[in-house]
Amino acid sequence: MTSAVHARDLVVRYDDFVALDGVSFDVGFGEALGVVGPNGSGKSTLLKAIAGLIPRSGGELLVLGVEPRHVTGGSIAYVPQVESVDWSFPATVWDVVAMGRFPRLPFWTLFGAQDRAAVEHALDVVKMRGLSRRPIAELSGGQQQRVFVARALAQEPKLLLLDEPTTGVDAATEKALCDVVRELVHGGLPVIMATHDLESVSRWFDRLMVLDRQVLAIGEPREVAESGVYASIRESLHTHGHMRVDHEPHESHTTHPEIRL
Amino acid sequence: MTLLLAPFHYPFMQRACIAALAVGMLCSAMGTYVVLRRLAFIGDGIAHASFAGIVIAYMRGANYYLGAAIVAVLTALGIGFVHRRGRISMDTSIGVLFTGAFALGVFLMSRQSNYAVDLQSFLFGDILAVQTNDLIIIVGLALFVVVALAVLYRGLLYTTFDPVVAEAGGISSGAYEYALLVLVALTVIIGLQSVGIVLVAALLVTPAAAAYQLTKRFAPMFALSTLFGAISSLGGLYLSYYARGSSGATIVLFTTVLFFVALAIKSVRQSAARRTIHVSPPALSK
Repeated sequence: MTSAVHARDLVVRYDDFVALDGVSFDVGFGEALGVVGPNGSGKSTLLKAIAGLIPRSGGELLVLGVEPRHVTGGSIAYVPQVESVDWSFPATVWDVVAMGRFPRLPFWTLFGAQDRAAVEHALDVVKMRGLSRRPIAELSGGQQQRVFVARALAQEPKLLLLDEPTTGVDAATEKALCDVVRELVHGGLPVIMATHDLESVSRWFDRLMVLDRQVLAIGEPREVAESGVYASIRESLHTHGHMRVDHEPHESHTTHPEIRL
Repeated sequence: MTLLLAPFHYPFMQRACIAALAVGMLCSAMGTYVVLRRLAFIGDGIAHASFAGIVIAYMRGANYYLGAAIVAVLTALGIGFVHRRGRISMDTSIGVLFTGAFALGVFLMSRQSNYAVDLQSFLFGDILAVQTNDLIIIVGLALFVVVALAVLYRGLLYTTFDPVVAEAGGISSGAYEYALLVLVALTVIIGLQSVGIVLVAALLVTPAAAAYQLTKRFAPMFALSTLFGAISSLGGLYLSYYARGSSGATIVLFTTVLFFVALAIKSVRQSAARRTIHVSPPALSK
């Protein structure tokens, strides 16, 4: 097994809408791949397909050497956008980070010293140890983001997927998160991260993919930056950027269409 | 003292107490998940749907409980299936299936030439009529649900808070959703005789909603909700003896009062917290 994630001509459809149309790439162990692209370009869809949350409609997708749905439990940690959950849920910071351990704990086992140590370590890494007893309803956006990252770290995954984890995070926290991820990558963890922050891609990633339902460019961040594709995406992010924040916090047509009556 | 304990000298009152305690605690424990998953409608829905099972059992001379349980579980699974396959919200799925099953029950009953009087007791419940056989079924089913809740605890908690990330980690949120629906169905069946299918929804929602006002963690909410369920059922039953009113209705009124007391406590706490000027060191919030 040479690559942690292997995609060839990957196609993902939602009913008639083609969200990913023939995407091919590989991510190795100890490599961080950044995914940039305009709204609705399929960034979240790609992460969800890799996490086994949505089925592929065509092509090939191998995650840790097997079909996404057959990956051993607890291997994939997924950090979603913070709006994806209800933060009024009755739980403390500790409770949420502890959930990261659940996939590896059969029901008859207790939450042991090893699990507590993993949670404490994860909280230390994101500098949230002091807030571990705080109810999650009382957290700021940046703190929520760090809780989600800590939960993923507590899971001790074999593959880390992050969906725009730097949204609403201050510069210091962004740098801290970047250091955490770089250290994990250095230790051999494969990381795939969707981002909208084009400024800091060379700090975060070994390689960068420009996605707009198809792979427009992939390579070292500097190479991609020097190609024209990067500029056109930057332009499109610039023109649509504020609209996204004001009117479209979710990539609405890439998420599961759900009729609410 | 003897006067206060007077109601419990009657064997029917003793049986009613055990039944009320089992039903109250179980419904309100399940209610924690029902409330946090925003399924307030589900108790009402499955309870109505089970009416079809009661009518079918009545027509065939079979055990009412069995008929109700089978239809309730099938409806619960159907609700999960329609929700996932039809990509419609859970509430809509419940609305489609429970009205259909309830209508089937009404249709079948309307074709019966002799009007079934004893079906009324299932609509409104009569905990004082609980027999030893019923008690065995109630306690048996209750124990099964308790064991299932313990076994499924972590997965149910994780998939309730964040089903997508749980699923990515390998915890099937679909399987847990079906399991929860089946457990709710069994819980509703247990509550059927004591408070009736009209009022069982209240015990699945109100104690948990009251507990939610008073705590900010899941485990205490679960424990508090269960305690409120126990207090409501026993308290309601006891009061109904003196008030000479319907036991089911009194239990529900009791839990409603409990909810508003909890809401008042929360409001008082919050305004007290607002008066105290809250300065947390900035270093902590970083």
